[in-house]
Amino acid sequence: MKQAAVLLLAALSPVAAAGDAIDVPLAVAGDAQRGRAVFLQREQGHCVICHAVSGAAPAGDVGPALDGIGARLTAAQLRQRVVDITQVKPDAAMPAFHRTEGLQRVAAAYAGKTLLDAQQVEDLVAYLGGLK
Amino acid sequence: MRILALSLALLAAPAWSQSPRSGLEFQGEDIRRLQGDDFANPAMLWAERGAAAWQRKQGAANTSCADCHGAVEQSMRGVAARLPAWDARLGRVSTLEGRITACITREQRAAEPAPESHDLVGLLAYVALPSRGMPLRVDVAGPAQASFERGRELYAKRIGQMNLACTHCHDRQAGKTLLAEKISQGQPTAWPAYRMEWQAAGTLERRLRACFLGVRAEMPNYRDDDLVALQLYLAWRAQGLPLEAPGVRR
Ligand code: HEC
Ligand code: HEC
Repeated sequence: MKQAAVLLLAALSPVAAAGDAIDVPLAVAGDAQRGRAVFLQREQGHCVICHAVSGAAPAGDVGPALDGIGARLTAAQLRQRVVDITQVKPDAAMPAFHRTEGLQRVAAAYAGKTLLDAQQVEDLVAYLGGLK
Repeated sequence: MRILALSLALLAAPAWSQSPRSGLEFQGEDIRRLQGDDFANPAMLWAERGAAAWQRKQGAANTSCADCHGAVEQSMRGVAARLPAWDARLGRVSTLEGRITACITREQRAAEPAPESHDLVGLLAYVALPSRGMPLRVDVAGPAQASFERGRELYAKRIGQMNLACTHCHDRQAGKTLLAEKISQGQPTAWPAYRMEWQAAGTLERRLRACFLGVRAEMPNYRDDDLVALQLYLAWRAQGLPLEAPGVRR
């Protein structure tokens, strides 16, 4: 448990995370059904404002459609992209959903808070991983 | 040599690849029709209000804008297309709103109008009218340069819990859709404008604050130096586009 926590910190610290993937889950096993809700719901991730997946309309097209993403990326790679995609693509036009460090001018109501919690990230990883 | 010429051209051009296009092109047919017809354009109600405010004597000096400036058609022609600009008297870069507010407090010696008050938005709309169709052309050299650079930097800086910069939406993603809303290049040419979502006309500052809110960033106060700097940068970035104010947006 302690080791997992250390690994988790290592994975989330900017230096150690400067890679393509986060291998260690942030929370207990994700649930794809819940992940789909995180993806779609306005009060959760609301990923659909930028990403289409078949069966979800309306959807935006700021990011690529994510059908088949689970066949292209591993769970660890998906996790990294949801947690903080700028570690993979520094200029990506996508928020870092599980990061608080190094953000600028965050409104007081959101300061120190992540957009999604660890469980929501894992639920998304499970959902996206199933889009094959 | 050719490479040098090319890189010089790149330095001179705005730091983005598309040529400037009005936000109107990214709006739906309904909005384009409203803006295209002054009798249907709800922002014209504010301009009418501005016309009345232009004539009204007020303040300790008991003077009207018209007492000093005469008819807007002559005295204000082109003004809205070349602001923001360095203002030697004020010792800072001033927007059109800043200019008008300075006249109200210094010349009329009346109270500073509240941000977004209907009379103030009305005056902005009325004073902009004689510059409609004129290309934006602002001077960012000399004493205005520091503010310009500040605006350019802020425009490219990731901010807020969403960790996005203006560039991420308005330079790279213009034409793409956020759920159901088309993202434009973020040009300032329509403002002040009637915005459907507000059911009212408002200033560019109010529109910019909405984008800060959207990325969950601290909202700069109205008339804050950051907002003035952003407006100067936006006007420079829009050089050559015709002024549309008072416009209509979703
Ligand atoms: C404001 C826009 C926006 C939002 C909101 C957004 N994304 Fe993205 N996303 C993008 C963009 C743009 C890219 C492409 C980045 C690049 O390649 O530079 C991307 C890329 C991705 C990728 C990598 C795709 C690939 O082919 O490599 C994944 C996975 C992803 N997003 C998942 C999500 C999830 C899950 C959410 C919600 C929790 C989300 N995104 C919310 C804009 C967004
Ligand atoms: C997450 C995406 C996003 C970000 C980041 C963003 N905006 Fe916007 N902005 C929008 C949307 C959506 C609209 C409304 C549709 C349109 O006109 O583009 C808009 C509208 C505007 C407009 C009005 C355009 C018009 O035609 O009337 C301006 C000006 C503007 N934004 C400037 C900015 C500035 C400056 C920043 C940074 C401080 C910024 N935006 C950040 C999404 C964004």
